[in-house]
Parts: sequence; structure tokens; C-alpha cells
Amino acid sequence: MSGLVGAPIDRVDGRLKVTGAATYSAEVQVPGLVYGVMVLSTVASGSVARVDADAARKAPGVIEVMTSANAPRVDTKGTGGGDRTLMALQDDTVRYDRQPVAVVVADTFERAVDAASLVRVRYVRAPAATSFEREPDYQPQSALGADRHKGDAQAALAQAAVKIDQTYVVPAEHHNPMEPHATVAHWEGDRLTVYDATQGIMQARRKLAAAFGVPETNVRVISKFIGGGFGGKGSLWPHAVLAAMAAKLVDRPVKIVLSRPQMFGSVGFRPHTMQRVALGAARDGRLTSIIHQSSAQTSVFDEFIAGTGMLSTVLYGTPNLLVTHRLRKLNAATPTFMRAPGEACGSFALESAMDELAYATGIDPVQLRLINDTNTDAEGRPFSSRSLRECLRVAAERFGWSRRDPRPASMRDGRLLVGLGMAAATYPTHRSAAAALVQVRADGSVVVRSSGVDIGTGAYTVFTQVAAEQLGLPVERVTMELGDSTYPNAPNAGGSQLTASAGSAIKLAALDARAKLLALAGGNAALLRGGPEAIAALVQRAGVAAVEGTSDAKPGEEQKTFAQHAFGAQFVEVRVDADLGTVRVVRFVNAFACGRILNEKTAKSQYLGGAVWGIGMALLEHTRFDERSGRIMNANLAEYLVPVNADVPAVESIIVPEDDPHVNELGVKGIGEIGIVGAAAAVANAVYHATGKRVRDLPITPEKLLA
Amino acid sequence: MNAFRYAQAHDAASALATMASDPGAAYIAGGTNVVDLMKDDVVRPTLLVDITRLPMRGIDTLPDGGVRLGALATMSEVADHAAVAARFPAVAQSLLLSASPQLRNMATIGGNVMQRTRCAYFRDVSQACNKRVPGSGCAAISGVNRQHAVVGGSKQCICTHPSDLAVALLSADAIVHVRGRSGDRAIPIDRFHVLPGTTPQRETVLERGDLITAVELPATASARTSFYLKVRDRASYEFALVSVAASLDVRAGTVRAARLALGGVAPIPWRSHDGERALVGKPANAGTFAAAAQAATRGMRGYGQNDFKIALAQRAIVRALSQVGAPS
Repeated sequence: MSGLVGAPIDRVDGRLKVTGAATYSAEVQVPGLVYGVMVLSTVASGSVARVDADAARKAPGVIEVMTSANAPRVDTKGTGGGDRTLMALQDDTVRYDRQPVAVVVADTFERAVDAASLVRVRYVRAPAATSFEREPDYQPQSALGADRHKGDAQAALAQAAVKIDQTYVVPAEHHNPMEPHATVAHWEGDRLTVYDATQGIMQARRKLAAAFGVPETNVRVISKFIGGGFGGKGSLWPHAVLAAMAAKLVDRPVKIVLSRPQMFGSVGFRPHTMQRVALGAARDGRLTSIIHQSSAQTSVFDEFIAGTGMLSTVLYGTPNLLVTHRLRKLNAATPTFMRAPGEACGSFALESAMDELAYATGIDPVQLRLINDTNTDAEGRPFSSRSLRECLRVAAERFGWSRRDPRPASMRDGRLLVGLGMAAATYPTHRSAAAALVQVRADGSVVVRSSGVDIGTGAYTVFTQVAAEQLGLPVERVTMELGDSTYPNAPNAGGSQLTASAGSAIKLAALDARAKLLALAGGNAALLRGGPEAIAALVQRAGVAAVEGTSDAKPGEEQKTFAQHAFGAQFVEVRVDADLGTVRVVRFVNAFACGRILNEKTAKSQYLGGAVWGIGMALLEHTRFDERSGRIMNANLAEYLVPVNADVPAVESIIVPEDDPHVNELGVKGIGEIGIVGAAAAVANAVYHATGKRVRDLPITPEKLLA
Repeated sequence: MNAFRYAQAHDAASALATMASDPGAAYIAGGTNVVDLMKDDVVRPTLLVDITRLPMRGIDTLPDGGVRLGALATMSEVADHAAVAARFPAVAQSLLLSASPQLRNMATIGGNVMQRTRCAYFRDVSQACNKRVPGSGCAAISGVNRQHAVVGGSKQCICTHPSDLAVALLSADAIVHVRGRSGDRAIPIDRFHVLPGTTPQRETVLERGDLITAVELPATASARTSFYLKVRDRASYEFALVSVAASLDVRAGTVRAARLALGGVAPIPWRSHDGERALVGKPANAGTFAAAAQAATRGMRGYGQNDFKIALAQRAIVRALSQVGAPS
């Protein structure tokens, strides 16, 4: 079945999902299940003086109210670094708004909700760090905290013929996947089974085992379907630990499902990020200096750092470079990964600055990027493959960039101003160790297992294609089983790495199975081409239930030898009603080169989704904190705005073919995150072109264009 | 959300009686507002009186050119009604620019004008709000107040009224028909909502238990030439930053009658008599419209994040008036 990989086949789990047969974590039922509802803090700093749960305890159906007074103790160490997720109900300190302070457990969800509304919590308030502007920077001790120098960026900037030196701000944003976070925890003796909406079940297993002091083999984590993760389900969060604690306390399986407002609590978000980007260039547009300095919020009790400036070490060549990352501690929940953490914010700053440089030098923005294309990253490593030029060329042509009059506010459509903007994109190609199991059974069917999780991106589908192709079988014969910690190891579905990691392992395991089948066939490869019946006959003749292929795939020297990144280009057309300050995106064309594409349909869905979210990031998304209290005041989908259909025009995503022999066995680069990179900058650049107004703080709302 | 009892009323009399039987009772029709408020614990009714079986869903055209909207007619039904669209375009437009199709299929006309504010402090029981807990303070005045009022507020409350329809109803001189324990009465829409003053918990002239039975749209000189403009961050499914309902009766180039109402700027749907006075008797041209926008926004003040609403309101007024008053 060569040619199967890459084919735009429908999702193998599509029918299950549209018929409701796919069971998500919140839908899991186990015998004896009871329901937990969290009570969250309403202050950002201080301590819990008293939890008055008398009324709640007397409410119908209530089994227990868990507070710091009766909560099982968990081990908060030994989970690798500061870990925000395990401290819930271990003491009375309140460190952020919407921190869990109690869990009400009742026999039905409705009764638990009712009783939770009766819990009264009294706090002793303490001064809270709630203003990003007022808190000082500190330099993190982690690897990303180290400054990156090349040449003398400050001196080169001072001497540059053309300079851009600006500050760009991306506000805090929340993931808001459609599926709420949910956990079902079930103890049987000292064995724990957890159904959790998580992107990383092996990580969840490791942390839960450490927290409860049981061997990892005693913990089983299952996550069969995810309704959107986006990084927000990439950590083990307090509610999952609380579900297991509550299950222990009441000696019954406990389910906790977060409400939408609770999803603005302890499940992470994109940190408020302020960036200085300074570009020095010669008059011909060639960069002589890039300075990219970011400050982002973290929490008072943990550290999350995104590599906001890292794309500045990759996207363009420059003899002089300075990239620094700083953090500021706030009494807010700990931020976390959110689609293209680092690159999403960093590209807004760098690619806005490049647009400003294009205007300062009078060079076309696409041309400026071509002028500064490079064959090596800042450390001098060659790229394993790099197709930025081709992405720019293809997307610009498809978009019709040549019809753009570069003068700001020069193009009109009746009363509306027309703006055309673009940006480049890049995202690193990550990979981690992974294993896989391929069982070729005596009936000619194949079962493939990996503990990786399909977060909605299509892992079930593309892994099926990979296995089917290697074994020469139709996809209908292959059953892909994911999302169970009893299956072979796979990393988090995060950092756009699952396909590169688990996909490579599945390919190797399938090859291993094929080699064993070939041995059974006495080396006669023709027998393997005889379809399911011929393969079934081989397995039957061997007298085994199944021929098993295994693998142990891991990255090697190529990670050091080559800089490995995907590239792309974003082109956007907007209409701006200058009287009212409203911006609508009317056209979006993007192109990406991400190595080999396993399924054109699911790949394009990622690129389309990146454009949609990019529109939201550019124009709408903004978590609004009340700086007096540290409380989020738009913790719902009416006032936390994400794009609706009317905000999203026809989006055209182009796959630029790319062959990369170095990255991994499959030749794939992750595609989940790059779609959003540069998208917000492209919109902002289009708004500048339409209006002559450069908005450097997102989102671009009417008040910023009225002035 | 609290546990509650539920009762279904079959006629207005039983609805009123059931409501009177429990001081914690509340009416529910489409439920698109009260259920949200219950989920946030902002209201905790002990009894929900379901009025959706009451015979108040009809939309009747009146011989004089008016239309009578049953209180239980859904937003979708009214928006799609040919006579409403033809005779009261601003009303139909305001409905189609509201909420989402799913919500419009559930939400009723009577419930729409009774909507509670979207103020985040009102909807968060951990925060100070004089409307929710009289005397507790107004956290919005120096807080997150981008969506808040620039006119009509008080030291007690600067919330905004969320209804689009109610703004359009002001431009149509609508009349709210109400049945209470002491009988029926008709309330002009511009006397239906009340400013917060020192009692922000009181939002309308209705007495407890009163039931809206219909909203009447009388035939007026200007209603046919009306327009509803809504400005918001996203293209759909969002409450207004600023909205304008304008209706003009222009004859021989002169404005004979005008109605000018604003949404998103005040604790109530805001009718601008000053703006209307600046229009009547004047030529229907850009200069007049700009003067009306100035007059309508005179005295407005912002609280920081919402300062932009004043300039935005001026521009929106000019745009809306230009739309209806352009010489045809």
C-alpha cells in the first residue's frame, strides 16, 4: 500500500466522534462513582482562615467536604522540579485567584454543585503581586533563562543605518478547549486508575505515583479522546490530584469535571508577555543586529518559562544577536504551554518589527525576509531542511501579494480601508524517545499500541496509515490503540512532537513485525504482498496468536548536528472600518513546509486552526485581570472572546513539499503549533497597511484604532 | 447553582398566584438569562415558575400599521416576521444582531427586555456590587470597566443594559403590556427601565410578580425608516460596545420626527432626547447628524477603560443617521 501515507483519508475515529460513541474523560462511568465539585479561592493572596462547610455537609446527597483539614497528604517532592500541581489542600496558603480550597463530594453532580454553593470560606488577605508593570524582572536559572549572545548586538544596533526599537505586548490568554478538563479517579487497594483529559499520560502516571507514594506500575492512566488540549492539558493539574485524594478519602471512585469559569483557574494559560525587539539593518535591508528581550509573568510559587525569543535565533541571519528571557512573579496561577508557547508571542514581536523595518527601509516585506534568509542558525548549525523561501514565494503568489500598494491607507473597498499583511513562521522540530507494539494477528488483523494521546489532531488516523503502509495492508485492517499507560511509552502530545516520536516508533515496530513475517515466509517477500489472507496464513502457520513487532525509537546525533525547524508564511487581508475601529479579516492564505505530510486533510486542519486562532490572538483574546484583586473578570465565553464563524474568512492552507532525510525515521516535522506562529503579526501588519496605525499591544480592539 | 422546585403555569392567573406563593419564586421562559445567573449563584430562586405554556406567543399585525408581539414570541420568530421587518426594520435588525441563532430560538421578547447586566462584578458573587447586594459597593467604577456606562450611571452603579432589542424598541415608541395582581397596564418603553440612582437593585417599574404579556409596536411616522447599528469586537455573538437605533421621518429634506437611542452606554437602554432635538426641524445632512451626535454625547464621562465609548458613540450615531437619513 505504498502511497497510503500522505493520502487525505478521513479520520478513522470520525464516526465514533460524530455519533457520540467516543467516550471522553468526563463521560466515563465506573460502578459506585460519586461526584466532586471544587470550591475555588476568591482572593489571590493570603490564607484560608475558616471553611464553613456545615450547611454543605447537611445538604442532600453529600458524602464529604474535603478541605486542608481532612485531605489526604501527598508527597509534593520527587516529581521533578517545582511542581504547582500537587500542593492543593496541603496547607492553608492562598497563592492565586481560583485556587482550589475545598472539594464537595456528593452522590450526584447536581447535588455536589448545590452543596458547593453553600460552602463559605473566610480568608486572611495578604498583599498580592498583581501588577505586571510593578513587579521586577528576575533571570530564571533554567536553560531558557541563559542569555544568548552572538557578536555585539548593542554596538551593532547603535551603528546601524536603520533602526527599529519597539516594545510589544501580548496579554494573558486562556486555552478554552471545548472539552473541559475532567478526571475520574478509582482506587482498588493501593492501585489507582485515572481517566484524565491529559496530553501526557506517562507524565501523569509518574507524578501521581510520586504524589501518592506508590510504584508507577500501580497507577494506570487512560485518556482515549481529547476535545482539544492546546498545551492546557499538557500538565497534571490540581483537580486530577484532588480527584484521587477525594477518592481515597471517601473510598469511592470520584469524578471531577471543571466548569468553564474553573478553566480560568488552575489549569494554566499563556502568560502576559512584554518584549523589546530592536533591529539594526543596512540600507539594503540586511540585518546587522537583532535584540529580542522578553519579560513574562510566572507565579509566586512556580516557574514557567517559554522560549519567547528563540525564533530570533533561527528565522533570519545576523552577525549580532542578543536574546534574553526574564520573568516576573505574580499572584496568579502558573502559566503553561499554549499553542506554540514562545513562538506565538515571539513572532508577534519579531514579525511586527520586521514589517516596521520594511517600511523604514522601503523594501517590500516579503523581499526583506528573503534578503535575510539564512543557511545556519545562530549557533552556526546547518538546517536539516529549510523551505522558508519556497513558503514565502508560494503563499505570496497564491495570495496575490503583487497587487498590494505598500503605502499605508492607500487601498479602499468603498468606505472600508483595505490592508494586506504578512509574516514568516517557524517552529522547532522536537522528538523524544518512544516505543510501540505492532501485533499481526492470526486473522490478518493488526493492532498497534502506543501510550501517546490523540488530542484531536488525528494521531489515530496518521498512525494507522503509517502501520498499514509498512505492513502492506489496508487501513481497515489496522486498529490503533492509544492513550493507555499500559501501552508502550510515548511522550506528551505537546511541542508538536508526538508524530515524530511515536510515529517513528510505530514505523520501526511495523518494520520489525514485517521482518519477522518475512522470516516466517522463508525470506519470500512475495508472500507478504498477498494481502491480509496471505499474512494471516503466515501467522497461523507459525502457530502463534500474533507476530509482534516492537521498537525503541529515540533521537540521535542528528539533533546536535542539525538545526531542525519547520517554516511557513502567513498572508492576511483585512477590512478596517476607520470610523468605528473594527477590523475584519477577509482572506487568509498560509503555506508551511513541515517535512513529510502523513495526511493532507488532518495536516491542513492544523494549519486552518492556526489561522483561526491567530485571528483570535490578533483581534480578540485577552484575559482581563482586576489588578486590585488579581481576579480574572472575564472567566466565561461571553466576555473572553474567541473567533466565531463570522470572524473567520475562507482560509487557504498550502502544503509545501519538503524532504528531510535527517529529522526522524518518518521524515516528519511537527505541524500542530506552527499554524499560529506569525498569524497575529500578519493581521497586525495588515492593519498597519490599512490604517497607518501600528498596534503593538494585542488584541487590536476598536479603541486602539479610534485614537 | 442551588437546588430548586419547578412549577408549570397554564394561564396568567395561575402564574401570578404561584409566583405569589413563594417569595423566592422567579419566572422562567426561554431561560437563557436566568439559568446563567443561577449557575453563577447570582440568583438562587427556590421555585421556577415556567410560563412557556401561556398563550402569549402570537405576533399580530394591527390594522393601523402596528404590530403586537406576544411576550413569549421568540427572538427568532419576531426577527423573521415579515411585517416586523417591513414596518420596524431596526427591531428586526437588533434581534438578528443579538446572541446566536440557538439563543434566539429559545429567548423570548418579554425576557429580553428584562435581561440583567453583563457587568462582571454583578455576575461574580465574590465581588462588591450594589445591584446584587445593596450597600456592598461598586467594584466596577475603578475596576475592569471597558464595557461599562458613560452616561446614566451613579456612584452606586455604572453597569450597562445588555439588550439590543430594548434599544430598538425605544426608537419605535414601543409599549410594554403588563399583567399584575391589580390588573393590566401599559407602560411606554422609555418609562419601563429605571436609572440606578441610589437603588441599583431596582431595574424596571415592574412590581414583584408582574408578568409581561406583550410588547406593542405602534405605527409611527418614523419607524419604517429606522436602522440599528451595533459595534462590537467580534463580528457576531457578542454584546454591544456601543449600539444606535435611529429612526427618522424626513420630508423635503427636513427632519420632521426623530428617535435616537443608544445601547452599551448606560444602565438602561438610553434614549437621547437631546440628540432628537438637534435633529427635528433641521436639514437631513451630515452637519445635522454630527451636531446630533455631539448633543447626544454631551455630558458623557468615562471611567478609564471605557473612555473610548464616547467617541465611538458619536461616530456610530453619525453612521446610523446617515444610513436612515440619506436622501433617497
